Amino acid sequence: MKIVVIGNGMVGYKFCEKLTAKAQPGQFEIVVFGEETRPAYDRVHLSEYFAGKTADDLTMAGLDWYAENNIRIYLGDPISYIDRDQKTVRSHHGINESYDYLILATGSAAFVPPIPGVEKEGVFIYRTIEDLEMMTTYAKKAKTGAVIGGGLLGLEAAKAMIDLGVTNTHVIEFAPRLMPRQIDEAGSNILKAKLESLGLSIHTSKNTSEILGDQFITGMQFSDDTKLDIDMLVISAGIKPRDELAKLAGLETGHRGGIVVNDRLATTDPFIFAIGECALHGGMIYGLVAPGYEMAEVVATNLMGGDKSFTGFDMSTKLKLIGVDVASFGDPFVSVDEGRSIVLEDRMKGVYKRVNISPDGKYLLGGILVGDAEQYNMLLQTTKNKVVLPPNPEDVILGARGGAGNEGGAGVANLPDDALICSCESVSKGDICKAVCDGNETMDSIKKCTKAGTGCGGCVPMVKDLITHTLKSQGKYVRNVLCEHFNYSRQELYDLVKVHKLQTFDEVLNKLGTGDGCELCKPPVASILASLWNDMILAKGNDTAQDSNDRFLANIQKGGTYSVVPRIPGGEITPEKLIVIGQVAQKYNLYTKITGGQRIDLFGAHVNDLPAIWSELIEAGFESGHAYGKALRTVKSCVGSTWCRFGLHDSVSFAIQIEERYRGLRAPHKLKSAVSGCIRECAEAQSKDFGIIATEKGWNLYVCGNGGSKPQHALLLATDIDSETCIKYIDRFLMFYIKTADPLTRTATWLNKMEGGIDYLRNVVVNDSLGIAEQLEAEMQTLVDNYKCEWKEAVENPEIRKRFTHFVNAPESKDPSIQFEPMREQKKAKEWK
Amino acid sequence: MIQEKVLTWFLACRTTDVPENGGVCVKYHDEQIALFNFSRRGEWYASQNMCPHRQQMALSRGMIGTQNNEPKVACPFHKKTFSLVTGQCLSGDDCGDIKTYPVKIENELVYIGIEE
Ligand code: SRM
Ligand SMILES: Cc1cc2nc3c(=O)[nH]c(=O)nc-3n(C[C@H](O)[C@H](O)[C@H](O)COP(=O)(O)OP(=O)(O)OC[C@H]3O[C@@H](n4cnc5c(N)ncnc54)[C@H](O)[C@@H]3O)c2cc1C
Ligand code: SF4
Ligand code: FES
Repeated sequence: MKIVVIGNGMVGYKFCEKLTAKAQPGQFEIVVFGEETRPAYDRVHLSEYFAGKTADDLTMAGLDWYAENNIRIYLGDPISYIDRDQKTVRSHHGINESYDYLILATGSAAFVPPIPGVEKEGVFIYRTIEDLEMMTTYAKKAKTGAVIGGGLLGLEAAKAMIDLGVTNTHVIEFAPRLMPRQIDEAGSNILKAKLESLGLSIHTSKNTSEILGDQFITGMQFSDDTKLDIDMLVISAGIKPRDELAKLAGLETGHRGGIVVNDRLATTDPFIFAIGECALHGGMIYGLVAPGYEMAEVVATNLMGGDKSFTGFDMSTKLKLIGVDVASFGDPFVSVDEGRSIVLEDRMKGVYKRVNISPDGKYLLGGILVGDAEQYNMLLQTTKNKVVLPPNPEDVILGARGGAGNEGGAGVANLPDDALICSCESVSKGDICKAVCDGNETMDSIKKCTKAGTGCGGCVPMVKDLITHTLKSQGKYVRNVLCEHFNYSRQELYDLVKVHKLQTFDEVLNKLGTGDGCELCKPPVASILASLWNDMILAKGNDTAQDSNDRFLANIQKGGTYSVVPRIPGGEITPEKLIVIGQVAQKYNLYTKITGGQRIDLFGAHVNDLPAIWSELIEAGFESGHAYGKALRTVKSCVGSTWCRFGLHDSVSFAIQIEERYRGLRAPHKLKSAVSGCIRECAEAQSKDFGIIATEKGWNLYVCGNGGSKPQHALLLATDIDSETCIKYIDRFLMFYIKTADPLTRTATWLNKMEGGIDYLRNVVVNDSLGIAEQLEAEMQTLVDNYKCEWKEAVENPEIRKRFTHFVNAPESKDPSIQFEPMREQKKAKEWK
Repeated sequence: MIQEKVLTWFLACRTTDVPENGGVCVKYHDEQIALFNFSRRGEWYASQNMCPHRQQMALSRGMIGTQNNEPKVACPFHKKTFSLVTGQCLSGDDCGDIKTYPVKIENELVYIGIEE
């Protein structure tokens, strides 16, 4: 039987995937035509393109997948004609194919309202990767932007504009509130306030009458006689189903667009089906991916001889990206006679929650969450599965009060087994629990065997809860063990390695683990060994247990070269040393850049050149900067009292002293510090793992700050202490962290998980509540005394030096696949595919 | 064992050239082959050096280990893992599989089997 699929979007692809999975090899001949030039990609996560995802990352399946499944695919070649009598289609390039069944999966296009001027340059829509590429180019010269449409997609587009650097962005909504289809007025008000704090300007009840400018857009004219000057506009006013081909073929379409289908998704021609956003079912266009996937499932099942109908779909949604949680589920707007609503509004925090309850108080009908949508999955499930509510229904939004609060995973226990957890891939609670019982105990393996969580990803937290819950109910003790080879947490392992005085990875594995180790347990064990004994990390046997960066004492770069970061304590450097860095960079053709950590990074070194580069740097008095290790990075300084008119103490000298004390210290994650000479805080000490700020009387010590993706300010640990006390407290603090944190946990996350928080930590460090202060200090002193520059050891040891080659059998040759491209008088790594 | 293809045994290096429980890269004409000395298991493995995820010549610098007793290598770039026995990507997302080669040791010398 021959099937032709028109449209290779998310739903068209999913149909191919489902049909090939169900069918015997050779049972169907499948031919796909796609108008876009790339194979189907994940449109739902389109905006992540701006956050660094590539077109490749978004691809649902590469062309080899189609080849492997014997699917013939023509891309960049839309179908322009369907001959229903002959049962053939003709493509734009003139390819003719006959079909037994035809699947229309042509999706939809952005709806562009007929406003005069929409054709001007600088006006965009937001639907394809091409749209994003064009926006990205244009945004470089734009400062002010606007989005028409304050719905789900409009807000996403507005966030995208900000990410593109168009920081002054306006949202223009015709309706009196934002996301009019999902949330009510009170919710919209809170959302609006939140978005304005992110830098967006929101205009509701505003109607655009004209787009101004000659060739390029320069502004917008509104019907209330106001104007707005802008450089760029994105229109996101809704979608328009792509039904033009169906219309031409004489199939019935709705008067507001969409190809009319029945419950089996057949159009008015029984040999032609329509699925996804182009299909009009029961008067409804479903602009979401999950219903589209369900349609694909229905048609694939029926083609296999099954009997399945599409009977509508829940339209609950959660906004993904904007930085404010917004969700709506079930019926968000229940009227007074259909039920009653409980509302929680906290304008200070910007939180609005509304749940609608059946008149008898038993069931949840739907609701709205703004500002905090953590309970979305749970509430959605409670609604869909008609779970009977507790006697005080407000508990569902407030959380049970007076107790320990929402214990992770407690909620999922009450769901029935057929509760749909992942609606994109229709995976039920029962499916997931069964998979866990069958031994799939991690998120990764659950994704692999059930596909849950691979669509929009919204259900991932809930799946995790289910894994934990199922494991617990099997009597398995769930704790943060390293991996399948070690049944211990990092903290337990640290103590055991110490007690048994184990020195190498193999010794640790023999004594405390099973099997042969892996990339999950080797780095933390290597780090524990380094934290305990501070031996040369490349000493035999431990070298290959180090993460690749540690093994080569350098960070691996795009393309396979390495970076070189010499330590520049406190950021202070002599002209002579600067010259040496320049000479080395010239000689080995390295790209140089000042880092965010007040030192200089030299990028693009061949692995073969590393020992020679470091010999020259060491010769000039440099040391390793440990930029590759989970170790102390930089201690930044401000210029302080030696030059600055406000400086209270010599912050540079103290920063150098601190950096030299803790250089080379290995920890569960990297460590950063800074010292500022006064409260103006030019060194940004409060964003560091430990930061020091000068006061009139001494120093204030702050701990557990973090930059990175979840920035967090450091908390004050001690005030007005002298330098000696300050170092004593840091010794204790760092050792306590090294001994007790999980792998890859920064100090901020470590503190967040610590029962008792900063008060507990202060008690341990300052008041010595555990009676271990002296021991911690002594342990730190041993590490400090054991410090050696590992690059110096490496270049002086011919055995280690020899390992810095690319080819073992051609040590002189460099990797020929490495390629650079010129950029601003220097070079950069060639872009990867 | 039935051997279907003719193998050329190519002399790669001495056993002592490869770090214990680690890998090196071997040049074979224009090809790059990653060679692993899984000394903890007393086994040797070889695979293509290129990681299929982002086409990086990096697998020889990856960390080796096991998953359910199956030997594997983790790419240093984004930690995708591949079986050293079948070459299959074990990371759940389909970034593609890798080619593996047979290895034999004779007189402290390492040979890699290349299909003719
Ligand atoms: C070179 C540098 C960027 C620059 O050009 O300025 C840089 C480059 C990298 N950073 Fe960074 N970070 C650099 C300063 C920072 C800073 C700013 C600072 O230190 O003041 C931060 C925020 C502060 C913080 O860490 O709290 C920073 C937060 C991160 C993070 C996020 C950490 C977190 O807790 O969320 C990562 C990812 C990680 O470590 O897991 C990261 C990881 C990386 C890695 C190591 C990514 C990688 O694994 O390849 C980059 C290595 C580049 C290389 O090959 O050498 N980098 N990175 C900076 C080097 C500073 C130095 O001299 O050592
Ligand atoms: C920015 C953005 C964010 C989104 N976020 C979400 C979200 O969070 N949650 C959610 O559920 N949904 C979201 N969606 C909607 C979701 O992407 C769509 O529901 C889904 O892509 C629909 O799939 P489809 O295959 O029906 O249509 P499409 O993915 O549009 O695919 C249709 C394909 O058919 C092609 N085509 C059209 N005519 C022809 C022809 N004549 N011949 C050949 N090919 C043709 C088109 O070029 C297109 O490639 C979002 C959409 C966008 C744009
Ligand atoms: S922090 Fe204080 S001492 Fe340092 S530069 Fe700023 S004002 Fe000067
Ligand atoms: S390049 Fe190997 S995992 Fe990405």
